[in-house]
Amino acid sequence: MMRHLISAADLTRDDAVLILDTAEEMARVADRPIKKLPTLRGRTVVNLFFEDSTRTRISFEAAEKRLSADVINFTAKGSSVSKGESLKDTAQTLEAMGVDAVVIRHGASGAPYRLATSDWIDATVINAGDGTHQHPTQALLDAFTMRRRLVGRDAGLGQDLEGKRITLVGDVLHSRVARSNVDLLHTLGAEVTLVAPPTLLPIGVEHWPAHVSYDIDSVLAKSDAVMMLRVQRERMNAAFFPTEREYSRRYGLNGERMAKMPEHAIVMHPGPMVRGMEITADVADSDRCTVVEQVANGVSVRMAVLYLLLGGNESATPAPAARTEESK
Amino acid sequence: MSKTLIRGAKVLGGEAQDVLIDGETIAQVGTGLEAGDATVVEAEGKILLPGLVDLHTHLREPGREDSETVLTGTRAAASGGYTAVFAMANTFPVADTAGVVEQVWRLGQESGYCDVQPIGAVTVGLEGKQLAELGAMHDSAAGVKVFSDDGKCVDDAVIMRRALEYVKAFGGVVAQHAQEPRLTEGAQMNEGVVSAELGLGGWPAVAEESIIARDVLLAEHVGSRVHICHLSTAGSVEIVRWAKSRGIDVTAEVTPHHLLLTDELVRSYNPVYKVNPPLRTEKDVMALREALADGTIDIVATDHAPHPHEDKDCEWAAAAMGMVGLETALSVVQQTMVETGLLDWAGVAERMSYAPAVIGRLEGHGRPVAAGEPANLTLVDAAYRGQVDPAGFASRSRNTPYQGRELPGRVTHTFLRGRATVVDGKLA
Repeated sequence: MMRHLISAADLTRDDAVLILDTAEEMARVADRPIKKLPTLRGRTVVNLFFEDSTRTRISFEAAEKRLSADVINFTAKGSSVSKGESLKDTAQTLEAMGVDAVVIRHGASGAPYRLATSDWIDATVINAGDGTHQHPTQALLDAFTMRRRLVGRDAGLGQDLEGKRITLVGDVLHSRVARSNVDLLHTLGAEVTLVAPPTLLPIGVEHWPAHVSYDIDSVLAKSDAVMMLRVQRERMNAAFFPTEREYSRRYGLNGERMAKMPEHAIVMHPGPMVRGMEITADVADSDRCTVVEQVANGVSVRMAVLYLLLGGNESATPAPAARTEESK
Repeated sequence: MSKTLIRGAKVLGGEAQDVLIDGETIAQVGTGLEAGDATVVEAEGKILLPGLVDLHTHLREPGREDSETVLTGTRAAASGGYTAVFAMANTFPVADTAGVVEQVWRLGQESGYCDVQPIGAVTVGLEGKQLAELGAMHDSAAGVKVFSDDGKCVDDAVIMRRALEYVKAFGGVVAQHAQEPRLTEGAQMNEGVVSAELGLGGWPAVAEESIIARDVLLAEHVGSRVHICHLSTAGSVEIVRWAKSRGIDVTAEVTPHHLLLTDELVRSYNPVYKVNPPLRTEKDVMALREALADGTIDIVATDHAPHPHEDKDCEWAAAAMGMVGLETALSVVQQTMVETGLLDWAGVAERMSYAPAVIGRLEGHGRPVAAGEPANLTLVDAAYRGQVDPAGFASRSRNTPYQGRELPGRVTHTFLRGRATVVDGKLA
């Protein structure tokens, strides 16, 4: 296992499957009456958040606490950062306090990479989302959700997503979730299709390991999972699309469109959803939509990442008894 | 009057000859010259060039003396073989008045390491709205002939047109930093395959090319000459080639880093590679080399842009754009142009000395190595191979993209009007 997690592209197929399998073990902890493991007792993890992101921060915090780590939350607002302190000085200050791992969310693409590769600090760095670059734990929790739903909870162990057809719809240009997912899904053998208006696809996207379509209706029937990406309303002010209504009509997922998807296919969303924009309420609230599951899976996946990066060499939890229930 | 005899140097890479300097001028060029009471510089195997002239240097004084001063910048220039540099106008305050350009000019005179010819801003405060007093800067002691808002593009077509027309009255030229501002909002690197992966805001080639296309047409329409700063894309080369074939009076420069480095380096997120215009692709690099060889691009200019350490020791988006270049320019040109067979040393002299002086209308520089000419000379040990060590730079800043890279060639001597500013690779 590597020392840092910066980009989904850094993971080999075996790394990724190991994380997903470990996450399944971690998920079982959540089913216990006491949802806690002693694994990271005495280790200190700081959540260094330069951008507001309550859900990602809370997910990491829950994961860290379930592993018994000591958790420090650092948010840039109202801190020395807003007084002009550099990332380097902030990181070094934290390291001087004896931090073992830094979970960083930063608005600048590459900031976690810089932190991990500069000589600023020695701690393990976990990227919790950087600019429009990467959000690897999001991709891992998405893959985890897909594997559970499309392959099976037990049947999925040791398996990747070979041959699964995954469609990502929305603002690919500004999306770190899209970049991470394309990298990881490709590594796991899935076939990825990106759907967006041409204005919301980056120049150079043709070199990505993914198909590109401008027409959502032509790909829905051939999708095992459809992931809707958040589209910020402000984008229309920069002429990425004319109006919210037009975007919604051409690229939004509504009940009618969902009906075109195969029976088994799921609808995913990294959250937060903009209901009425990229997804209608009936789709968001349907059984096929995995949004809430993704949140729960996020904790398991982040536990797995923390455990594996911070030196977990043995099994995280006692070997589970063979399960007999049907996987869903 | 002091005399120096440079013995056995290959003048412009040609036959070995002796060059006798008497006072401020070259007294004799020939073989078997008597040393007499002259100081002898043994130059066997070395290349003798006219002193280099840089049309695009940021000396940062006044205002950012923490990154460079006229003194440290001219010391860096001398180390790199330069005898004259044009100082860009984006200082604090901006060099948009006779007072500021005269200050910079005077500081250059005092430094003694290399001549400093200030460039005046085209518009007040580089804001692109109102013409600066171009005539006053020209008439000042600094005698400004090159005007540029470098760092910012003169993007208003009417202001650009007027500036091009106005400077004709005194033989001036506008040097355009070609960057369409709306297309480059939030731009962090070349827009392409790499920026798509890295999630960094793209600086598309078209933002440069569309301005160059407009400006060569404007120059044609009003019958002015225009100079294009740091041309960086294959498409820009095509436009300048077309303009020249049409007889438009356009000249263009390329930086050493655009002749060598590509945007693949940005994958490191190391801000030493952050520069404006950004590093482009391999295809662009090859097109730029070709264009410099065939004369479509007239000159090499460094765009020497010093920044303090803290402005590069940070995350990419927070970092300043720019690289120091005076002390590595000739080595990069040797590697990319001479050792590839694209240019001989006479071609290097043309593109790094003669032509820049002509474009900038600078007297006393960019002259042939011949009797009666000013003794501005650069002696190069082209056989030298060594790793770039920024700790040894004369510049106050260290933001080089070449740290640890092996580059060929080394300037061993520089002479400014007969006086050695560099001796045996060290500042005199």
